[in-house]
Amino acid sequence: MQISARHSDSTTIFDVSGDIDLANSPEIRKALLREVREKRTPRVVMNLSNVRYIDSSGVASLVEGLKASRDLNLRFILFGLSPSAREVLQLSRLLKIFEVYDNEDQALSS
Amino acid sequence: MRQRDTTGISLASKDGFLLKLELLSDPKLLSVVRGALERLTEVFGFSAPDRRSVTRAVDEALTNIMRHCYNGRTDQPIELYCSRVPPRSSELGDGLEVLLCDQGPPVDPSKLRGRRLDEIKPGGLGLHFIRQSMDTVEYQRAGSTNQFRLVKYVRPSTQSRTP
Repeated sequence: MQISARHSDSTTIFDVSGDIDLANSPEIRKALLREVREKRTPRVVMNLSNVRYIDSSGVASLVEGLKASRDLNLRFILFGLSPSAREVLQLSRLLKIFEVYDNEDQALSS
Repeated sequence: MRQRDTTGISLASKDGFLLKLELLSDPKLLSVVRGALERLTEVFGFSAPDRRSVTRAVDEALTNIMRHCYNGRTDQPIELYCSRVPPRSSELGDGLEVLLCDQGPPVDPSKLRGRRLDEIKPGGLGLHFIRQSMDTVEYQRAGSTNQFRLVKYVRPSTQSRTP
């Protein structure tokens, strides 16, 4: 799994690639919470278009990012969900809880 | 082909194992097992969504073993056996049985229920994913071994080919 960040005025986009599982979800969590709680970036966007698989620990990291964002009235957005990623969010009844878009253009124009 | 300890859950198939893996409880190996399961479920004849379901359930079960049975230790043994089992009804095709064995302390069955989903909070989703993904989920303690048995049956309309 690799994660990198792109920054603009009020937005940070995290580009994630590979699988998110127990081996690396702490890295996702750390990056997200730093961006939200420490930097208080108004809009944090997760590009998941190159993520093929997310396990429950990865979902938990995303939920932590979402909750931290809501606590600070910031936005937390996902886009580019693979079938597997969409399925786990549906199974956990979280798909409607997250702000989800198909692609980056839609996510940034929202 | 080697047969496993028969003191635990018995094989329903006489064909032996389709696949046996022995691994350490290192999360870095989860992707290796997922890769093997993805290929096995494909040749077994599962549909794409069911292939993802089986792979997800096994991955989550292994994650639980690593986190809770071995408390994050990365040097403990885990065994995984995959076998073919006959259909349990005329509407279903053959089943893929996955048996996961670890040497951790006994598991409290009351902790295998999973949590309610009506609260938005991180954690506790793995068991829910396993139960949603598989047709059968069983736990048994056999001697000093925890055995988690997962079975998924092929839906005949989606069965394409078998090994």
